[in-house]
Order: sequence, then structure tokens, then C-alpha cells
Amino acid sequence: MTFSKSTLYLVASAAFFVTGTLAQAETIKVGVIATFSGPNAIWGKQFREAIDVYVAQHGDEVGGHKIQFIYKDVGGPNADASKAAALELLVRDGVKYLAGFDFTPNAVAVAPLTKQAKVPAVIFNAATSSINKQSDFFLRTSFTLTQLAQPAAEWAAKNGSKKVVTAVSDYNPGIDAETAFSASFEKDGGAVLEKIRMPLQTNDFAPFMQRIKSSGADTVFTFLPVGPATFAFTKAYNENGLKAAGVSFLGGGETDETTLDALGDQATGLVTAYHYSDVHDSALNKSFVAKLQELHPGSRANMASIGAYDGAELIYRMIKAAGSDGTKAIEAAKGMEWESPRGPVKMDPVSRTVVQNVYLRRVEKGADGKLVNREFATVPNVPDLGFNP
Amino acid sequence: MSLILSIVVDGVAYGMILFMISVGLSITMGLMRIINLAHGGFALLGGAAVHLLTTRLDVAFIPAFLVAVLAVVLVSVLLERLLYRHIYGFNELGQVLATIGIVFIMIATVNLFLGSTILPLGAPAIFTTPIDLGFRTLPFHRLVVIISGLLVLAGLWLLMEKTRFGIYLRAAVDNRIAAASLGINTPLVYLVAFATGAGLAAVGGILGAELLPIEAYYPLRYMVLFLIVVSVGGLGSISGSFLASISLGILDTAGRYLLPGIGTIFFFVAIVVLLALRPNGLMGKAQ
Repeated sequence: MTFSKSTLYLVASAAFFVTGTLAQAETIKVGVIATFSGPNAIWGKQFREAIDVYVAQHGDEVGGHKIQFIYKDVGGPNADASKAAALELLVRDGVKYLAGFDFTPNAVAVAPLTKQAKVPAVIFNAATSSINKQSDFFLRTSFTLTQLAQPAAEWAAKNGSKKVVTAVSDYNPGIDAETAFSASFEKDGGAVLEKIRMPLQTNDFAPFMQRIKSSGADTVFTFLPVGPATFAFTKAYNENGLKAAGVSFLGGGETDETTLDALGDQATGLVTAYHYSDVHDSALNKSFVAKLQELHPGSRANMASIGAYDGAELIYRMIKAAGSDGTKAIEAAKGMEWESPRGPVKMDPVSRTVVQNVYLRRVEKGADGKLVNREFATVPNVPDLGFNP
Repeated sequence: MSLILSIVVDGVAYGMILFMISVGLSITMGLMRIINLAHGGFALLGGAAVHLLTTRLDVAFIPAFLVAVLAVVLVSVLLERLLYRHIYGFNELGQVLATIGIVFIMIATVNLFLGSTILPLGAPAIFTTPIDLGFRTLPFHRLVVIISGLLVLAGLWLLMEKTRFGIYLRAAVDNRIAAASLGINTPLVYLVAFATGAGLAAVGGILGAELLPIEAYYPLRYMVLFLIVVSVGGLGSISGSFLASISLGILDTAGRYLLPGIGTIFFFVAIVVLLALRPNGLMGKAQ
């Protein structure tokens, strides 16, 4: 087993050197590894649609090279499938760039391959800070939990919150968010009354709401994976009268655009700290959203879309600077700055995660009656605060 | 004191939702002895129908609810005639494979037409209003669920114990050949029982959607939950399912109040212990 794997690695790196030295115009393939089937298929869909928009706006040629995206489905958080997909892309399809990675284990699984084949891997979503430590070839165009939770805590401390209860799902990202939030909030003189970790399989959040209510907190900070849990949590927040009892809601991705309408009117007024809203007020964002509507009517841009769109931008820029030379491409990417539909971004040379604005947003009804995340305050240029090399 | 009251109130409300979504299964799997893994599929179809009617066609919630349940009953009658009729005769593994196949088809159908995100039901605004109980508030829909749960329990008890149909069904399940030779139309009895189970799945799916939101993967996501309720309650016992739902609801809620960190483990350990002590469930008869 180990023998055949290492042989394949050798083949992969050999294939790289043979083609990598030819610096003329060629077709450069980009392998996108994501989830296109099953309960999490929305990730792959958002990625692919955003790449469609990027290609429609910028063409499929850059620096004399033709760009071809190849999509591989791994069906959800599945490290083995991700590694197998990466290997196949590198060896058989000869891709020069990897991209996608909705879930942390899927990104971590390809770390050794990226190092061996010297192929940059652009992470469109997976938000665990430590991933980028595993390989120098990782670049991230999404966010990390610390990057969001710490500005959220600073903002809360400055805006009247004194006593907070954190309520997070009991898994790594949730705990990262809890740690980052509490550390920063306590440093600013606030009190964290209770740190509730809710089991991932929870359906009924009423008991937690009662605990939060009786703790005497003025704010609840939360982090949950997008999906049924978020839906039930925000519902429980309203139905158990927390809003009426004066407990403010402060979250992150709970009001994601793709599930926001499902939350319904009860979501109105929820405050979240996040890096992208599809109603971000800029010409670039408007043209991005309009093009998405044109190519895929009914779709809404969300954080996955923007991760993929900026990921495509980064890949185009790297190809322009270094063609198919992975090592050169990574060096070129470090410190790159560009204007994204989410606002200004910069590739941090140390953490290789984008430095970006974090926005405080409030859910309200948009012009067309749809619910939107309206930005009302900005914490500018936040790096990945959780990265320690 | 108010903590204990809160645990009881939240536990009963949650338990009643568990009862509503799994009572249909205690008919098909419990009484009729088919391992019907597609149970959640009927709940999903009911929820999806209400979603379509209320959000796309602007039908009010109550008519939409009735139409959806009726539609699911019709679908279940068709499926019974075409598929389940043959599945009854399969061995246990055959039933598992056949019904899980039906689940996949249902999921794929909903996924194709409505996508894989949450499908909100246009429930009336009053559903989400908190009702003041004096010592705390409770969302109105929980009260609706508690009352409908009690009605369903009473209705089923009457149906199974006090009507001729109930006698026929119990006779047909106990010994199909003897029942048929006594002149009982067993295929019809099975059809009605199956359609009742599917209809109740739809009712539970729709009323429980405030807690277990409807989305394409609903039948698989909550399958374990349905099966736990039926097996803890004891096969073939509707009152057992009721008792199981309420105790599991209170147990799970108490775990969340008192030991949030290990709540889930606590819940499953309790089930393992209970099933080790009583392998046939709370009210199950020895096989």
C-alpha cells in the first residue's frame, strides 16, 4: 500500500517536472475538489457557479495560457476521498493548481500531496486556522474563525455588551470561535458568564435558551454549522422570548444568504460579524451578483461564492505571474492585493489567508422583499489572528 | 424548582414532537412488522407539499396542511399497491434494502425539484408567538403539538382497541392466514393501516418542522431518532411509543439543562442501558 502510494507521488512529481519546465503557452488545468452531491452539495454548487461568473467576466485565457477547471466530487467531509481525488487530478489530469476544499479534513488530507507535487492549493472555505501550517502550498480566500470572532468581541465590548454567554456547537470550529471570542471580550473588560457547548446533534434548543435567559446576560455570542441547527437555534432564540428579555444576538455565518429566506421574518434584526454579504455596497459586488443572476437565475451569492470567486482571481493572478510553476506562484501570491466584491483583500505573506474587512451586519428586508444582511459597521483589514506559525 | 418545571415543560414538549413524528412508524413497523425505513420519507413529502403550497402558491397553512396530508395518503396508497404489497413478504434484510431504496428515490426527487436547502413552511405567525405560562414562556406551536399529540394518541387508542378495524388489524398481524380464512379482507386492512401510518408521518413531519426542519435529507438525518422511539417503546405498542417519546424527551432535555457538555452521550447511554435491561422495549411483549 505505502509502496504504491509513494510510487504515485513520484509519478506525480515527475509529471510536474517534465511539463513544468516547458514555459510556453499551454492549457493549465485547475482541479476543484468539493462536495457536489449529498446533503452538502450546496458547497460545490456555489463554488462552480462563482467560477462560471469569474470565467464569464474575465475569459478563459490569462498570460497566453488557456485555463480549464476540472471538478471532482467527494460527497462531503471525507479525507480519503479528497486525497484520492487530488492524486487522480495530479497524476492523470496533470493539474497545476488545486482548489475548492469546503471541509477542513478534505484540505488537511491533501497537504502532503501539495508539498510533494509543489502544486498550490487554494482553499475556498475550510476555516480552521491550523490548516495552512500543514503545507506551504496552501492559500486561503475564505476566512478563519478567529478572524471573525475576535472583531465580533471587540465590537460587542465597544457597543454596550457587558455580560455575554457564548453558545457554540461542540466541535473544533465552535470551540475556536468560543476561545477567540472570550479571550478578546474579557481582555476588553467584559464578563463571560457561561460558555455553553451544545452537542452537534441537538434538535431542541429551548433548554439552552432558558439557561441563557436565566444567566442574566445581555448578549449571546454563537457559532453553529449552517443548516438545520442554525434554523432551530435562531427560531428558539425568538420563540423563547430572548429578544424581548433584552438578550442581543451576535453570530457569524448563521444568516447565510442561501438559508436566510428559510429562517423567515423571525431572523430580522439578528446581528452577525462576517466577511461577506451579497448586498455589500460596491460596483464590483453589484456586477458579480448581477452576472450570477444572469448565468444561474435563482442563485444567491454567499460566503462560498465569494471564496471561490476570489480563489479564481488568485489563481489567474498566479498563472499570470508564474504560469505553471507552483513554487514561483506561491511566492508571487504572497502579499498580492486586489479589490474583491467583499471589499479590499490582501494575501497575508505569513498566514497565507486573506486579510480582509469584517463587517457587522443586521438582517433586514431588502428592496425586493428578500431578507438581506445589511452592513452597518466595518472592522478594517483583519488578518488571521489565530495563526501561529 | 423553576428549573425542574422548565425541564418537565420543555421535555414534554420535545417528547410530544418525537411522538408525533414517530407514531406513524409504530403503526407500520410496530403493528404491521414491516421495517419501514421510508417512514421519514412520507414526513418529508408532507413537509415539502406544505412548503410548495404555502410559499409558492400562497395557500393558507391549515388548508395546505390538510391537502398535504391527503396527498401523502394517496401516494402511500399507490406505493402500497405497487411496492409495499410485495415488500411485506420479504425477509428483514430484504425489507431494509427495499425501503431504504424508496428513501433514496424520495430524497432524490425532492432534491431535484426543491434543492437541498431547508424548506420553510409558511406557518401562521401565531405559531411562533411566545405564550406566558407564569413562570416562563413557551412558543405557541409547542402547545399545538402537545394537544395534537394527545388527540392522535386518543384517536389511535380508540381505533385500535374499540373499532372492528382495530380487531381486524390485530388479527391480521397475528396470523394472516387464519384472519383471511375467517373472511377478513386482509389486503384492505393492511392498505388502510399503511396509509394511516404514512398520513401520521406527514402530520408529524409538518407539525414537527419547527424543531426538525424539512429538507431533502430529512428521512436519513432523523431515521435513528424514529427508530429509537419505536424500539424503546416496544414494537407494536402505541402507548409504549408515547411513553418512550415523553421519557426520552425529558431525559434529553434534562441532559441539556444539567450537563450540556455530555448531554448526547448521557442520552445514548440511557438508551443502551434500557434496551439491555428490557430488550423488547418499555411496553414490548416478549417475542
